[in-house]
Amino acid sequence: MRVYLDNNATTIVDPHVFEEMEPFFVQKYGNPNSLHSFASETHQPLKTAMEKIYAGIHAPREDSVVITSCATESNNWVLKSIYFQYILTGRKNHIIVSEVEHPSVIATAKFIESQGCRVTYLPINHEGLIDAQSVRDYITDKTALVSIMTANNETGGIFPVQEIGEICKEHNVLFHTDAVQAIGKIPVDVQSFNVDYLTFSAHKFHGPKGVGGLYIKKGRELLPLLHGGSQMGGLRSGTLNVAGIVGMGKAMEQAVDALDYEMTDIKEMRDAFEDELLKIKDTFVVTPREKRTPNTTLISFRGIEGEAMLWDLNCAGVAASTGSACASEDLESNPVMEAIGADADLAHTAIRFSLSRYTTQEELDYTLEVVKKAVKRLREISSSYAYAPDGHDSKL
Amino acid sequence: MGMDSLIGGTIWDEYSQKVQNLMNNPKNMGEITEEEAEAMGAKLIVADFGAESCGDAVRLYWAVDPKTDIILESKFKSFGCGTAIASSDTMAELCKGKTVDEAVKITNIDVEHAMRDNPDTPAVPPQKMHCSVMAYDVIKKAAAQYKGVDMESFEKEVIVCECARVSLSTLREVIRLNDLTTVEQITDYTKAGAFCKSCIRPGGHEEKDIYLVDLLEEYKKEKMAKNADNMATGGAVSFADMTVVQKLKAVDRVIDNNIRQMLIMDGGDMEILDIKENGSHIDIYIRYLGACSGCASSSTGTLFAIEGILREKLDENIRVIPV
Repeated sequence: MRVYLDNNATTIVDPHVFEEMEPFFVQKYGNPNSLHSFASETHQPLKTAMEKIYAGIHAPREDSVVITSCATESNNWVLKSIYFQYILTGRKNHIIVSEVEHPSVIATAKFIESQGCRVTYLPINHEGLIDAQSVRDYITDKTALVSIMTANNETGGIFPVQEIGEICKEHNVLFHTDAVQAIGKIPVDVQSFNVDYLTFSAHKFHGPKGVGGLYIKKGRELLPLLHGGSQMGGLRSGTLNVAGIVGMGKAMEQAVDALDYEMTDIKEMRDAFEDELLKIKDTFVVTPREKRTPNTTLISFRGIEGEAMLWDLNCAGVAASTGSACASEDLESNPVMEAIGADADLAHTAIRFSLSRYTTQEELDYTLEVVKKAVKRLREISSSYAYAPDGHDSKL
Repeated sequence: MGMDSLIGGTIWDEYSQKVQNLMNNPKNMGEITEEEAEAMGAKLIVADFGAESCGDAVRLYWAVDPKTDIILESKFKSFGCGTAIASSDTMAELCKGKTVDEAVKITNIDVEHAMRDNPDTPAVPPQKMHCSVMAYDVIKKAAAQYKGVDMESFEKEVIVCECARVSLSTLREVIRLNDLTTVEQITDYTKAGAFCKSCIRPGGHEEKDIYLVDLLEEYKKEKMAKNADNMATGGAVSFADMTVVQKLKAVDRVIDNNIRQMLIMDGGDMEILDIKENGSHIDIYIRYLGACSGCASSSTGTLFAIEGILREKLDENIRVIPV
């Protein structure tokens, strides 16, 4: 049996999405900008897709939702353009990001920092969350932008974007949120969020890879990152990814339709699964369930290094994830676990299970058995487990 | 870069079959109890290395015959990823039947070679080499415990890159002999820095006393000191006695080495227009380019910095005049 529980990394493309995309490869392959029927037959499908995308995030028509190639592009675009428009010109000198943003925000912030911008990396609290009021402490009259994600990819922790948005508005500071992990999991509404910019990516909600978007509020226009043939109103040039946009439209529509199922049924399945995992001795979950996206569990198994766990899970066909030590090329421990500053010994033991609307109860039952076996085997090998503070032996 | 580094595969694809088998079924996993050691007439040694908070920890058990110093039985426990488990298992296996002195000679490279499927293909990807280093360190710790000596006494050399086992003295010599200026060159010559990369600069997986970038800096300073000496001792003609062409070249060199980079980073640059003797002064006429022209500090801070450096490097009587 193969079980996919790594849906925060990417998701299966919904067959209906795939079906809608298919005609735009071999039959309707025209460039939308051309002047002939091959072009014009793509216009209505593109329009429909854009309507669905706008509706999905409650974007008013006068605002822009620019289609990009991925969330990384959208995030880079916001930070770099703010650098060009506000920092380089000397109007402002500072931005604020959370310390657990996606690398596409952190690395870009580091880059503009190297170019002379002051950057505050906002710390998370013991629950792995951001205190909205703490943003207030760092805002100055020279702050150009606050960029805080809607939900964290590792823990699923939901950050108080609405409140942060209000604080930014109050101080006349631009606000960007990376909502990649939120679409299809919790309601996303650019108006109630008080955001100026919002990033999303199709492949996180059962759409295709290689297409994402950036919501830009009217009057908050950015400089183009890609100059060229003036597609997307000149904001983002490049031949339109027709199939991708059509696919993202359909995926957005379905994600919104499935939101209830995700927030009730999937949440129930996740909660029950997590309850069972927590019955295993010496397991820990950091962020409270009610403050998390409904599909995500980040859990530590004391005495077991994360990659070793992934290896055993994978041998049994279960796909999960870890941001910890050995799994990533740069050999760092899980950034969220480090930021929480909890028990250093646990920083390398976190495993993330992320469900989707395609996850079945049978798959979770199977995974649970696999996890129990892996925990038993690896704790027997573990040099540190027998020395756990409350003196448990190495048997489950 | 190049094709292979553009779409990274998973590190798991690079584990040898032997490594994978050992990860699934380590042969020497477990403990040796006091009773078991006693039954063998052996002394029990238990050594720990690494820390869970760093992501890797290993415990090595030895039953050593006190008469012959031979390791009769060797087992391990490990908190770590699969390659840490496989390396520890291989290390424990290699210890068996050896005397303690022989065991100390086992290096991480022996451990890694023993896990290869064929002699020419590494058993683990570069960033996993540090797992085998830990296996090597724990042996030294066990041996030190057995002999009642300090662990450091087994290492005569300071090792900078533990993955490739390159010593400080080797690195210094190679850098000097070949006039190396980049980390990539050091890696090409010695393999140091090719694996887990911790030894290149601070911030990697392992903390070091000295890094490759420190050695490069050290050599650079040494070279600069030498040049300065040459100038001071009249190894070259003094600046005032140079021809105009020589002066221009000398000024250009100092600007290239010390100043230009600073200006370029701020989006500017400068050029030398002329050099004239004016009484006891040597006047250097320059023109600012790019962002420097019109920058407020170009007639104050930046100018004083340029003048200061030229005076220090070439002649005290230099004056810099922006045109």
